[in-house]
Amino acid sequence: MKKFDKLVLNAAGRLVPTIVNGKQEIPFQGIGKHRPSGRKYAPTIPTVLDYPEDGNKVVSSLQEALELCDLKDGMTISTHHHLRDGDLIANQIFEIANNLNVKDLVWLPSASFPCHDPLIHYLENGTINHIEGSMNGPLGRFTSEGKMKGCAVLRSHGGRFQAIQDGEVHIDIAILAAPTADPFGNGNALYGPSACGVLGYSLADYMYADRVIVVTDNLIAFPCMPMQIEGNYVDFVVKVDKIGLPEKIVSGTTQITKSPDRLLIAEMTAQFCLEAGLLKDGCSFQAGAGGTSLAVEDYFHKILLKNRWKARFCFGGSTEYMVKMLEDGSVDYILDAQAFDLEAVRSIRDNANHCDVSVFHAYNFHSKGNYAGMTDIVILGATEIDTNFNGNVVTHSDGKLLHGIGGWQNCLHAKCTIIPVPLFRDRIPVIVDEVTTLCGPGSMIDVIVTERGIAINPLRKDLIEKMTGSKLPIRDINDLKEEADAICGKPTKPRFTKEVVGIVKWVDGTVIDTLWKVED
Amino acid sequence: MGKIVSCGNHGERIRSDCHVTIELSDVKGLDIQLKSKVKSLYGDAIIAQTKEIINFFDIQNAKIQINDTGALPYVIAARIEAAIKLLIETDKEFLPDFHSDLKTPETTPRDRHRVSRLYIPGNSPGLLINAGLHHPDGIILDLEDAVAPDKKHEARFLVRNALRAVNFYGAERMVRINQIPAGLQDLDFIIPHHVNLVLIPKCETAEQIKQVNERIGIISIKHNLTQKVWLMPIIESANGVMNVEVIAGAAHNIVAMAIGLEDLTADLGIQRTHEATETFFARSMVVMACKASGIQPIDSVFSDIADMEALKENALNSKALGFVGMGCIHPRQIKVIHEAFAPAIEEIEKAKKIVIAFEYAQSLGIGVVALGTKMIDPPVVKRAHHTIELAIEMDRLDKNWRELQ
Repeated sequence: MKKFDKLVLNAAGRLVPTIVNGKQEIPFQGIGKHRPSGRKYAPTIPTVLDYPEDGNKVVSSLQEALELCDLKDGMTISTHHHLRDGDLIANQIFEIANNLNVKDLVWLPSASFPCHDPLIHYLENGTINHIEGSMNGPLGRFTSEGKMKGCAVLRSHGGRFQAIQDGEVHIDIAILAAPTADPFGNGNALYGPSACGVLGYSLADYMYADRVIVVTDNLIAFPCMPMQIEGNYVDFVVKVDKIGLPEKIVSGTTQITKSPDRLLIAEMTAQFCLEAGLLKDGCSFQAGAGGTSLAVEDYFHKILLKNRWKARFCFGGSTEYMVKMLEDGSVDYILDAQAFDLEAVRSIRDNANHCDVSVFHAYNFHSKGNYAGMTDIVILGATEIDTNFNGNVVTHSDGKLLHGIGGWQNCLHAKCTIIPVPLFRDRIPVIVDEVTTLCGPGSMIDVIVTERGIAINPLRKDLIEKMTGSKLPIRDINDLKEEADAICGKPTKPRFTKEVVGIVKWVDGTVIDTLWKVED
Repeated sequence: MGKIVSCGNHGERIRSDCHVTIELSDVKGLDIQLKSKVKSLYGDAIIAQTKEIINFFDIQNAKIQINDTGALPYVIAARIEAAIKLLIETDKEFLPDFHSDLKTPETTPRDRHRVSRLYIPGNSPGLLINAGLHHPDGIILDLEDAVAPDKKHEARFLVRNALRAVNFYGAERMVRINQIPAGLQDLDFIIPHHVNLVLIPKCETAEQIKQVNERIGIISIKHNLTQKVWLMPIIESANGVMNVEVIAGAAHNIVAMAIGLEDLTADLGIQRTHEATETFFARSMVVMACKASGIQPIDSVFSDIADMEALKENALNSKALGFVGMGCIHPRQIKVIHEAFAPAIEEIEKAKKIVIAFEYAQSLGIGVVALGTKMIDPPVVKRAHHTIELAIEMDRLDKNWRELQ
């Protein structure tokens, strides 16, 4: 099986392989150009005859469940990331596979975290062939250094759903941690010691996997309601002592930044949204859980309160700051695919207007519409933006893979995409000539807010017109880049070999860019 | 083995700085070892810069270790030069180019607004580069209390380079030197490098002002400098308070006088409170002395950076007492202070009426003006003009307010 082969230039001008891990890939055709046809992928047909009539699907251990699922070489194993850095399950799966001498597995997580660094051992010894998902921190470095046997595939949250739904990825076994579950396999994340609020990233996994294992540390009598995982899709249930470490499930990033510079950027972002008429009564927005995004959200909140406006909906991941808005009437609804802190978990459990949604509703290319496109403002991050407004979220300027895409690409479909970023981090410029890795085409990125000025995409003539006469420092993106270079010096480009170590998918499943092995 | 010297900072929490160790060596040539978080982007540039500086100081053989956490070029240069000057005696200076906004040295207006002045520790480059973006009226690079005694040497080079290379985005360029007499040496590192104002801490006598001005005079002659450097003595002791009048009038280039309440309360042996009633007398003395000498009275910093409500209260009290500005130790304090010191709507409306009435009277050739039943004399008109200027500068009033009447 060839790791990569037959490189071509795609519609974005990036050199990409058309064979990856032995499979045919379609190069990026341009935004909205690729339209898959045919019927969606379907898993094998089960019958109730194969399942216990009393509904008790509990088996004694994860190993037993995996063996009953006929775990074997080359299978694709999926997990969700709702337990974030507190996840204790993914590592166990591959430890068991290793013990069973199973090789060349593909891991399909919805995201990876530092707690998954031990999997490097199983990548090195051949238990795992490659990862399709996100590779953060040491896993990213491992990938960039060309040490992964197979080729990494990076997808957005929506792209993962798309790939599962159109059959690009076939999940053999989905292993889904559930903070509470019953013996039938119904599960939710509202209760239990590892409660994480929602399980929005597990929907495609349990609907489309051949086999589904629910793992819980809070097994309750049937029925487990509400059911965020539907037991009718589940093969086996496993009770373990702990599925996660609660202190690490609650993300460490859900605090408003204390940095005066980041606060300044956030304040400028909120002021921009106000002056551009984006932030108004009845509007909708999404901001991530990073310190700057939360600060933007906090400024939004103050503006809504001051003007006695009410947003119609906020799009999660949710945090205590979003919950405050819901509870004081600044927003009607939170639509939420992941909860970042305990306040958010409490809110989704107790407040009917804090609603559990999934990637299917928000981001999926094969859905009949996406919530992301209906959202007025999204606030996103980036490691690099180039002077054509193209964005990179996966590699750093040194060329090493350090982050996943998350919902970033999907959110670019919102009505206005705003990226608040420092002009440089320490000495590393964020605005560059050309992004190291193309994750999002510049035509979909509307505004860059830095501490030294705000650049509006020339395509957004409406925004440029609205901001005429504003006291905010509206500047050409090339001027901002020149200022960054004047302060930091012009950086040298990262040096790559010609070896492909990964690909970055666009939301429609085509290959938008290539991850290259970095030189030693 | 030769003498080994080190300058700069490194460690887990240090960013945008570098730590340089140099050892003059018997082995021919330069051995430069670089550890840097930006090595793939700037490794070659850092090595080239290091060689340039080492060559500038005619060092042929040395072992140099640089541990870099993303320092900007002016910081790297300061750290290397500071280390070199612990090894060799030389008058040479490796000076970064002036920032493009600073090609022409300018004296700031004597009576420009100094509502907020932001203290930045003189040895912390991470906080320096963006200070001006928060739009304080002045940025103080602090060589005194914010710098540990063993870091005073290297901080001077960093402050010097920052004065030359960093964009202050229109903020007045200030440096707090060390207490006299040690602070006199600091002047050599700042006067030729476009400093606008020097803060003299723990000032107690007119003699200290005289010593500062003598040193500035010598440096100015040596470097052919023509621009004026303003002084702002800080009163921080009982002795200083009792001498405020003499200090305020000690030199023509004193434009403002500040009070430092942390040291003053320590000197008095009392606790500093948010309400600051314990220093009411001292603060009033400073205000009186300043007003009598025609200079700006500036209040102390407010040290609780988390309590913006208390800061606002404190700033409003300062304004009511006659102070025209305050110090800030965190950028988020600037906006609160500006809002507190900005003229209130009623003040602006009153000032507008006074100015219009005065201008109307002048156009009729009338010397004495009345507004309602009150006579308007020149000091009232001057204050009204000042209120209008401040309101325009602080976005409380459109500069074309006459047309909008």
